Amino acid sequence: MSKSNKPIVWGLFAAGGMATALVTPVLTFLTLLTALHFTPSLFTYECLHTMASYWIGKLIIFVFVTLSLWHSAHRMRITAHDFGIRSDLLIAIILYCVAAIGTILTGFSLLSIH
Amino acid sequence: MGKKMNKNSYIREVPRASWFLKQPRYIRYMAREVTSLFIGAYTLMLVIAIKRVAEGPDAFQNFLEILYSPLGILFNISTLLAALYHSTSWFNVTPQAMPIQWGEEFVSGRIIVGAHYIIWIAISILILVFGV
Amino acid sequence: MSERQIQIEVLRYNPETDIEPTIQAYTVSCLNEWVVLDALNYIKDNLDATLSYRWSCHMAVCGSCGMMINGEPKLACKAFIHEYSDRIRVEPLVHFPIKRDLITDIEDFIAKFASVKPYLIPKEKRPISDGEYQQKPEDLLKFKQYTLCINCMLCYSACPKYGLVPEFIGPAAISIAHRYNQDSRDGGRHHRQEIIASSEGVWECSFVGACSEVCPKHVDPAGALQQVKLASTIDWYREHLMPWVKK
Repeated sequence: MSKSNKPIVWGLFAAGGMATALVTPVLTFLTLLTALHFTPSLFTYECLHTMASYWIGKLIIFVFVTLSLWHSAHRMRITAHDFGIRSDLLIAIILYCVAAIGTILTGFSLLSIH
Repeated sequence: MGKKMNKNSYIREVPRASWFLKQPRYIRYMAREVTSLFIGAYTLMLVIAIKRVAEGPDAFQNFLEILYSPLGILFNISTLLAALYHSTSWFNVTPQAMPIQWGEEFVSGRIIVGAHYIIWIAISILILVFGV
Repeated sequence: MSERQIQIEVLRYNPETDIEPTIQAYTVSCLNEWVVLDALNYIKDNLDATLSYRWSCHMAVCGSCGMMINGEPKLACKAFIHEYSDRIRVEPLVHFPIKRDLITDIEDFIAKFASVKPYLIPKEKRPISDGEYQQKPEDLLKFKQYTLCINCMLCYSACPKYGLVPEFIGPAAISIAHRYNQDSRDGGRHHRQEIIASSEGVWECSFVGACSEVCPKHVDPAGALQQVKLASTIDWYREHLMPWVKK
């Protein structure tokens, strides 16, 4: 038996689990308000643009979105297995690719906001 | 239940896709795992939102229009519920994963869970005050 | 003393004659302070001497009488009759092959348990003349709860991952490895990591938590496994991202 490489993703999963547990409920509450036309100031174009124009803002958004992506990708992989889908490798490749593309896309989007 | 014989022993096979219906604790576990579908989809929504911000005010407005749709509202409500379940199920097991030893005793699990809840509430209030 | 007529439904399986297990019901008048094991002993002594099951101490120490009682992994000696209705279903522990009646084949567990090196591996050879090892209460606390495991295998029956992926080393074996890893006298962690940090090891676990819920000795295997994951993850990042840091 050899040591597994799962820790790479598990580290992100665990960190993302904590980050999403702390932040996602209040975020979804704010976006729900937005969807109901009680737009909070955070979810206006001006506010988001200003936040993302600072380096610290970019960093916070990037770290949170990345952790959240990898957290859910990894948990979905386990969930697929729990529902009896046994092509684990294929599922893992698809989900981690989506997470990677999301990470890169977020990085580029943030870099292009000045 | 699929079953088969092996070396005079009888093997009871576990149903691959429906095993979790057997016990309430398994259903609670699966509910916890399924929150990842909502949180994952929601994060992709955030990725798109950031992309739309980068593209300019008109693109962001288009994104908001989708959010206003009944489906957008329903999605946000269900994600909020899933996120709440994720948070509580996550915090409640922190003493098991990260016990804290203080000299000759472990810090009570209640204190560790409680500290997480306090931080959670503090962050939520901070974002609400800053965001609304 | 109050008595109650209870229907005990027991899974029966005789490998010499049966193709499939069947359920046999016995009516037993049980005293209220009885445990399920008492009812089984009553059946064995008075109603049906062919009924086979394991038991020894009758006091939750030997770990032999683990069985499914109304679908829940329990020690039959700790399952009090007064907590149940008038019908109790008793089956052998799930996820293990049935050898006969309530007796399961536990070879797989024994092999896995042995594979994690569940014994002290001292950091260096220590002559007897050096005297005993000294441990402070805080050193003992780090692993004490894991020493309480009685190898009853209830956690393996509760663990859906073990049911789905039989290669999984499983809760009790990884917990006992963690017990020795946490011991200040031990220096064998890297040997055990080779086994428990493999994909059949701790990484099959997804923290369902059922093992800790059914554990009759409150060992909390689920907690141990998460701690092993956390430590293995730190190991991995150290080995791959900071190779200059000495282990």
